[in-house]
Amino acid sequence: MSVLILVEHDGKSVKDATLATVTAATKLGEVHALVAGNNADGVAQSAAKIGGVSKVYVANAPALEHQLAEAVAPLIAKLMESHDAFVAPATTTGKNIAPRVAALLDVMQISDILSVEGPDTFTRPIYAGNAVATVRSKDTKKVITVRTTAFEKAAAEGGLASVETVDWSGDPGTSSFVSLEASESERPELTSAKIIVSGGRAFGSSEQFHSLLDPLADKLGAAVGASRAAVDAGYAPNDYQVGQTGKIVAPEVYIAIGISGAIQHLAGMKDSKTIIAINKDEEAPIFQVADIGLVGDLFKIVPELTKKL
Amino acid sequence: MKVLVAVKRVIDFNVKPRVKMDGSGVDLANVKMSMNPFDEIAVEEAIRLKEKGVATEIVAVSIGPAKAQETLRTALAMGADRAILVQTDEEVEPLAVAKILAKIAEEEQPQMVILGKQAIDDDNNATGQMLAALLGWPQGTFASKIEIADVATVTREVDGGLETVKLNLPAVVTTDLRLNEPRYASLPNIMKAKSKPLVAKSPGDYGVEVARRLETLKVVEPVKRQAGITVGSVDDLVGKLKGLGIAK
Repeated sequence: MSVLILVEHDGKSVKDATLATVTAATKLGEVHALVAGNNADGVAQSAAKIGGVSKVYVANAPALEHQLAEAVAPLIAKLMESHDAFVAPATTTGKNIAPRVAALLDVMQISDILSVEGPDTFTRPIYAGNAVATVRSKDTKKVITVRTTAFEKAAAEGGLASVETVDWSGDPGTSSFVSLEASESERPELTSAKIIVSGGRAFGSSEQFHSLLDPLADKLGAAVGASRAAVDAGYAPNDYQVGQTGKIVAPEVYIAIGISGAIQHLAGMKDSKTIIAINKDEEAPIFQVADIGLVGDLFKIVPELTKKL
Repeated sequence: MKVLVAVKRVIDFNVKPRVKMDGSGVDLANVKMSMNPFDEIAVEEAIRLKEKGVATEIVAVSIGPAKAQETLRTALAMGADRAILVQTDEEVEPLAVAKILAKIAEEEQPQMVILGKQAIDDDNNATGQMLAALLGWPQGTFASKIEIADVATVTREVDGGLETVKLNLPAVVTTDLRLNEPRYASLPNIMKAKSKPLVAKSPGDYGVEVARRLETLKVVEPVKRQAGITVGSVDDLVGKLKGLGIAK
């Protein structure tokens, strides 16, 4: 089986989500990678080094620069004439593009897979991860998105794939990029961080959220996350949100502070290796999944913890 | 302009789903069902567009069992003008839902279709994108802000922050959590909604085959985490963190 994967990148470098996607794809067959962008030859050279990738396609065009689904999906659909499966990471980029490809190919997407059980059989979470379904696809071609925390990362170096330029001139002209308001941070990225400190509504304000959590995160070299309640309340930007509909994370250590543990939040972090919970309510559901719990007032505990680390 | 909104009847977001003993699925017998929360946001956004004088008519569509009528009545009570129920007892996958919606869009000629970004039962996050592909329309997924002039300017919640795109109309938009806070339907509006038009159709009326492409072989509970320990003080916690190698 030949498999086409979507390389997640920002025009400069290959994002980590790509590496787990390669691992999932190698379980299906020979892996070819697509870099869609503008002046993305450098990214293509990096993608060619990923272990397990045998060929890299690179398509350069102004309309592909921001990887808008309207422009990228027809390109992938064309390449799928010579591939059996398309695999993308379940990032916001992958989730935006893959279903559009699936519909163009008249295929039902297999979303957010946790494992590959066979050439057409996969497991995937449903109901916010409260159930895991094993599904078999009857479509001849597969379109798949991958839960990147469920697969090991392929080696970023060591591969020797060939790079092939593909012509693309299919800008439908129906959409255009305006701007990206990026969250600037010196801290690690949430989805690839080894340690995450995450805050909930109990922080009470944006000021307290940042003045208490940021120093703790900096001491630990951790990324900062948030519950939906904290994001809705405006304490943290949207891209901090961990949960069913936010980011799915699985760090070595997840420290949940002032987060009660709604099922929608647990869905996003319960595969973390070690979960630590700090909450004043000892009945909070977060303690049911925590490996280490501390009951008490976060306004006292967090500064003391930061000081003693 | 006319706006189409798609709504799905799903398990209420407050209910903890239970997996059936025989592994055939999640037990939905005697479980509270509600409108998918992201679809509520879609309905609310359509109503706000109408209140701003941008939208002139809101048509709510649901594809599902007879009881999905209740979900459509909720949309009508919130402020949608009329409803279409495409009734089927099959579990319809996003691809087939998108095909039915595409047919309805061809008939109704809306300038915008607004849907929730994902349903909280099957968590696919696919229908809106598939619909946009079938219609050849642009898509603004995971929207946290929509502004409409001669084009739609949509701000999207993406992994790296907020991305803004411009879309020619007609377009498909899928909603994220921060787009708005849906209103509750008032009692008078709930009464009024009972007399708003609701037509019943079947997938066959649109010539769409709803047979599943993905066969569910089994459904199981995820591996449970073992209960942990409680520490009594910050010093104990620091000790544990040292044990994990993340503190010196």
